[in-house]
Amino acid sequence: MSVRRLAAVQPESFTFKPETLEKANWWIAKYPDSRRQSAVIPILWLVQKQEGWVSEPAITAIAKMLGMPQIRVYEVATFYTMFMLEPVGSAALIQVCGTTPCQLRGSEALMKVCKDKIGPKDKLSADGKFYWQEVECLGACTNAPMAQINDYFYEDLTPDNLAQIIDDFAAGKTPKTGPYNGRFTSEPLGGATSLTDPSLFDGSLAKPIKIPNAPEAEKA
Amino acid sequence: MPIAKVNGVEVEFEPGMTVLQVAELAGEEIPRFCYHERLSIAGNCRMCLVEVKPGPPKPQASCALPAADGQEIFTNTPMVKKAREGVMEFLLINHPLDCPICDQGGECDLQDQAMGYGRDGSRYQENKRAVEEKHLGPTIKTYMTRCIQCTRCVRFSTEVAGVTEMGMISRGEGAEITSYLEQAVSSELSGNLNDLCPVGALTHKPWSFNYRPWELTKTETIDVMDALGAHIRIDNRGAAVLRALPRLKEDLNEEWLSDKSRYAVDGLGRQRLDKPYVRKGGSLTPASWDEALNAVAGKLQAITAEKIGVIAGDLQDAESLKAAKDLFTSLGVKNLDCRQHGEQFGPVSANTPRESWLFNTGVAALEEADVILLVGTNLRLEAPLINARIRKAWLKGQVQIGVIGEAYDLTYDYEHLGSDAKALKDIKKGAFRDLLKNAKKPAVLVGTGPLSGEDGAAVLSLIASEVLAPYNVVREDWNGFNIVHQAAGRVAGLDMGFVPGEGGLDTRGILNGKLDVVVLIGADEIDTSGLKDSFVVYVGSHGDAGASVADVILPGAAYTEKSGMYVNLEGRVQIAERAVFPKGEAKEDWSIFRALSSKLGQTLPYDSLSDLRRALITDHPTFGRVDAKPVAKAFDVTTLGVKGEIKDGLLASNIKDFYLTNPIARASVAMAEISAVRSTPLSLAAE
Repeated sequence: MSVRRLAAVQPESFTFKPETLEKANWWIAKYPDSRRQSAVIPILWLVQKQEGWVSEPAITAIAKMLGMPQIRVYEVATFYTMFMLEPVGSAALIQVCGTTPCQLRGSEALMKVCKDKIGPKDKLSADGKFYWQEVECLGACTNAPMAQINDYFYEDLTPDNLAQIIDDFAAGKTPKTGPYNGRFTSEPLGGATSLTDPSLFDGSLAKPIKIPNAPEAEKA
Repeated sequence: MPIAKVNGVEVEFEPGMTVLQVAELAGEEIPRFCYHERLSIAGNCRMCLVEVKPGPPKPQASCALPAADGQEIFTNTPMVKKAREGVMEFLLINHPLDCPICDQGGECDLQDQAMGYGRDGSRYQENKRAVEEKHLGPTIKTYMTRCIQCTRCVRFSTEVAGVTEMGMISRGEGAEITSYLEQAVSSELSGNLNDLCPVGALTHKPWSFNYRPWELTKTETIDVMDALGAHIRIDNRGAAVLRALPRLKEDLNEEWLSDKSRYAVDGLGRQRLDKPYVRKGGSLTPASWDEALNAVAGKLQAITAEKIGVIAGDLQDAESLKAAKDLFTSLGVKNLDCRQHGEQFGPVSANTPRESWLFNTGVAALEEADVILLVGTNLRLEAPLINARIRKAWLKGQVQIGVIGEAYDLTYDYEHLGSDAKALKDIKKGAFRDLLKNAKKPAVLVGTGPLSGEDGAAVLSLIASEVLAPYNVVREDWNGFNIVHQAAGRVAGLDMGFVPGEGGLDTRGILNGKLDVVVLIGADEIDTSGLKDSFVVYVGSHGDAGASVADVILPGAAYTEKSGMYVNLEGRVQIAERAVFPKGEAKEDWSIFRALSSKLGQTLPYDSLSDLRRALITDHPTFGRVDAKPVAKAFDVTTLGVKGEIKDGLLASNIKDFYLTNPIARASVAMAEISAVRSTPLSLAAE
């Protein structure tokens, strides 16, 4: 993990969009008024949803909204690597998992695709559409290698798949999410091999359960 | 009380103490970096690991572990030794080996503890991490590569100084201490960050690369930059005073010091008056002591006492005031005043109680107050450490604070009751009345600003009739009337009656009275425009406003160059010690008056400082009790001030620029730099 800094070029100002503001207020309302700052992480997340990244004016605006010092918001924003501190691609932010299972299954080849098609990592592409980075484990090791693109997982990737996905994003399309080798979620390739009896799932094997001390109304 | 065993020795301790504190009770030293008694517990340096039974079979951070009854604490087992060595090795992984060029070298916690608890060699072969320097303002020099992330600076600025500006950004190996966007730390207590830093990451910028701590001579003395009388240590090398550091004094400064008290010391080496001067043909020319004293004596003898005026300044020690008072009183001079800002309080008559010009509650006892009302004072600048005390009490949540006067950012919440004299009258209409009425220990802090105008006595009288009397602020067991003095020499002057005699002129009168001779004793914060036709004698240490209008300059000693008694705003008599000798031909101030008296044939009856002190204590017994806060008796508050008309002005502080309020600070480069950075009003800077 490298040193995290605010971007050198910052926008003039930041304003909450009405829908962001509405959600932010919903989060703030969850906490007592004297503990408004508890909402800082959700609101940083909302701001990132709105803008794609967290800018300095946004940090100031959040600090003002929650009545906390700017440095405290800055601390949180720099602590969590999920908060992007510089502009990301307009089409896609590609986060390729580089942790051991994915690496063993070929994440380095995926990263090479990214490098060839987009440019160096942790940098906005020349056309401003893409931004890719290597991240730590995203928790989808059964579907390695994988990448998170914007909000969704793209799994069981090959370099060709990823190249196609990038091209689709560049063309303004939204490629399908999930595994790319034909399987369903994390089932074995070629379909499930166990727990295949449909009666397991249609409720026919269910036995009535006696709940001790259940309230009278429930029993009837 | 619960009992724990430390290395087999039983210790009784207060419930709620941590294992570290209990071990200290038992006399065991526990190494630490992040733990500090006056800050919250962070527990992140891991240096204080000890073995505790019962408990998990691993070392525990003693600073954050509550001690329990029957606990066995071990600080000398192989496990503890190994744990300390391990922590030290990790801390040193990224710490540069630049002690030879580090200003902290010689007084560095990391250096000392690495010697005491570390391994003898390094096993680390890899590259060390480097961290960018941060710009934290004119008082703090950074070498962030040396930082060990103890977060003492973050906690101090947030908790004690009350400016949440420092923080730790990023995490893990990327963690860095910084301020938001590297803005300068705005606190007037910022120098303490450098003191707290256990390594050389934050060092004193004004003193950087100036000294090695072991080559300095240390003198424990008293600070005069404000009226608190903080306990300090002056470090000098030869004739040069290089730094001032706080000493522990629970009743006054705890272990903090304001930036002015700390960094103004470079002003002691600049703009100094090191020989007598006499004005000849319009310009000041160097002269011998004899020549200068004869010129003054000749002038004084030629005129009547009514045409002589004496004004004493802010930094005067009690001895020089006493000698001056004795000399000029013996000449029949009644135009004496030590209140150079024109303060309208003090010993008006012989039976004015001393409590009427003191900070009666006391600095430490202020923490007990349940309601505090600040009138016409920007406490954060007039007395930064008293302000920090109030913040400390406020953080405990036991005090309600009201402010009448300008609304400054005081680092705590308060109710702003208004800005002018009318607000005093309106207290009885508002909700604050009930607070004051029900208060068990109310304290009213009055700034000297509003009391220094021509209507100052009327303002004081109004405060007495609208606040002190109706709410019974001054009681038998609790005296809540406090004047927030700004000048270290003021209370001593008032205590010995350095005020106009019967029919004499006060400061305003002397400055506008077209007197023939005006003697300025370190008085520089005055309007000298009325002194053009007078023969002005300036006795003092720095070439400032007073010296520039003087006809004769008699060079005196600054506070580090003489042993002198100072009375702080509480009325506590404290003795400052001499650290270095006066510059050049300059003399201790009292001896100048002694010499002048023999020229005048009115030789003062003391030949040494101890004789003078004896006379001072005989004439004014209050000076006999050194370093004790006087018991503040109740007094009749209706005697305060004089009823009169009040101009419809603001009850404002008279501090224009906190960092330039006295000749030493004005001669200091560090103060000029700090003043330039912080000259925006604090109330605006905080937005």
